[in-house]
Amino acid sequence: MSGDAPNNRQENEIKESAVIRFLRATEVDTRMLGMIGALVLIWVGFHYYGKIFNGYGAFLTPRNLWNLSVQTSSIAVMATGMVLVIVTRHIDLSVGSLLGVTAMVMGVIQVWVLPQFLGLGSPYIWIITVAAGLAFGALIGAFHGLLIAYLGIPAFIVTLGGLLVWRGSAWWVARGETIAPVDATFALIGGGPYGTVGATGSWIVGLLGCLGVVFLLVSGRKQRVRFGFPLRPVWAEWLIGAVGSALIIGAVLVMNAYPWPKGIIKRYAADNNIEIPDGGIFISHGFAIPVLIAIAVGIFMTFLTTRTRFGRYVFAIGGNPEAAELAGINTKRMTMLIFALMGGLTGISAVIASARLNSATNALGQFDELYVIAAAVIGGTSFAGGIGTIYGAMLGALVMQSLQSGMVLVGFDSAIQQIVVGCVLVTAVYIDTLYRKNST
Amino acid sequence: MNATATNSVPMVEMRDISIAFGGIKAVDHASVELFPSEVVGLLGHNGAGKSTLIKILSGAYTRDTGEIRINGEIAHIENPRDAKGYGIETIYQTLALADNLDAAANLFLGRELRTKWGTLDDAAMESRARQVMGRLNPRFEKFKDPVKALSGGQRQSVAIARAILFNARILVMDEPTAALGPEETAQVADLILQLKKDGIGIFLISHDIEDVFALADRVVVMKNGAIVGTANTDDVTKDEVLGMIIAGKCPAKAISGPGAIVD
Repeated sequence: MSGDAPNNRQENEIKESAVIRFLRATEVDTRMLGMIGALVLIWVGFHYYGKIFNGYGAFLTPRNLWNLSVQTSSIAVMATGMVLVIVTRHIDLSVGSLLGVTAMVMGVIQVWVLPQFLGLGSPYIWIITVAAGLAFGALIGAFHGLLIAYLGIPAFIVTLGGLLVWRGSAWWVARGETIAPVDATFALIGGGPYGTVGATGSWIVGLLGCLGVVFLLVSGRKQRVRFGFPLRPVWAEWLIGAVGSALIIGAVLVMNAYPWPKGIIKRYAADNNIEIPDGGIFISHGFAIPVLIAIAVGIFMTFLTTRTRFGRYVFAIGGNPEAAELAGINTKRMTMLIFALMGGLTGISAVIASARLNSATNALGQFDELYVIAAAVIGGTSFAGGIGTIYGAMLGALVMQSLQSGMVLVGFDSAIQQIVVGCVLVTAVYIDTLYRKNST
Repeated sequence: MNATATNSVPMVEMRDISIAFGGIKAVDHASVELFPSEVVGLLGHNGAGKSTLIKILSGAYTRDTGEIRINGEIAHIENPRDAKGYGIETIYQTLALADNLDAAANLFLGRELRTKWGTLDDAAMESRARQVMGRLNPRFEKFKDPVKALSGGQRQSVAIARAILFNARILVMDEPTAALGPEETAQVADLILQLKKDGIGIFLISHDIEDVFALADRVVVMKNGAIVGTANTDDVTKDEVLGMIIAGKCPAKAISGPGAIVD
């Protein structure tokens, strides 16, 4: 016994250092690995829970994963903005209500107002509606930012007020009426069988994604060579490229494995005069449009935070507001812009959410602020300010949504769902705190 | 050396500056001058108003009264951006670093280098940072770590490097050696002498009277927000300057200010 112990320890040390060496070579963020691990655990856990207790595992099916991707989009888009808000030591409690009122305004514009002038089904309706929605969201966000930055009212209070004001306004816009159906083109933005890019489109998106991964790796390496900075080993570059591409292609395969339902195919075939053969036709969903929007927003926001002055200032303000001001950064203007951006992103989410429902109701987006904040925080955004990533928040949104829909799938009632989500949030932040303590 | 200095126009002239915070006069009708290639030591107790006075020059505070002239012309300094526009760089006592960003990001904060597409050119900034830091602190290697992970001395070098990176003409150093060991302090002293040779005017705020006597051409002593007096370091002894700081008594060879106690 006593002779074994030192041996074991030595082995452990060797093993550990191999892992550490691997992580250092690949420069992989260990937090992200942890989150992906948690995600896999949730997915597999719900799948087998369903298999064992309900007789079938519904989670790891193309259909559920496709739905999950669509359900995550709206929260994920807003979570990217919430990262910037929380990084600068603010909070936005109003996003759910803002989503509601923006959706109502867009509903009125596209259903009650525009058809009078442009005629029902005009192709301009959705464009004007979306532009108006984004502008409306950004304007209200900027207004919140103005109160916070220039009048010095704490963000918590301004947006708590906003939570009430805009939820009330959402009702008031149409006196509580539900506005439906929305413009047909507009509805495509919400996903659904028609609101997808199909099998071929998904492959194109996937291949572009793989090319993007390769481009990033190559250009990153070139930059490092140019300035003589330390390089990743070549095998690590290949490994990252391979894993990234495999994940993208895997996503394409899953999305393409989910066929249109029979009823939709029948209607589609009838509309297009297609004969349905005996075996039926297999028409893939592929990536849903809202998912592609969320990915595009994620890429844009990652670019904004890591490659531009704006992003650099956001993190500088979060790290030390006084230092940022002394460095000549106009912190007030920045605060206003950040809230305007949050509002604009909420506008995008309002488009996705109301298009998905094919209607606008005044309850749309209720409690979204909590999920959005939770997604950002689970994704590693620190309330102390200065720390947070876009991909983390989007993964966080996926974790939250996976929990939510997993519990629905296995049949937990809503009371249990709330308890679980609450506990997970607190536990996740606790683990994060421990992680940060150990890493410094 | 002041024979030449008095003939030329001062680089910085702060005249009759006052600022009050909630009824407390932090700076009370203070006037100071700074000439090219001159190091002026600002001395005084904690709360004497030294830091506040220079924060007015660097734009962190806006004065209530008085005027600032740069090279004889009235300067409009309302915020740190304005001050930088006049070539005034400041090393703050708190260092004013964003702890979550790395050294290069802090060096270029507010004045980032950009690529032709307008994106941040991190590689170029890091490369420049390596040059400047190499001059100040040759053993500094932690370019990828957030500034939070650096030692006190390393953080201080980052703050100093930031001030000299952009060809400052007027440098304000608020306790620049507070966190440094003897070796690094000597490096900063060398740097100050070198910058002086380049024609840069330096305000040096320090508790350490030895430091000030070693580096400064003139000392300005403040007490309770007012100037006690100004003297060439060659004309006065350390004890006399201590007397100015503690008792507010102005020796014969110093030019007395409004804060001096008259017997």
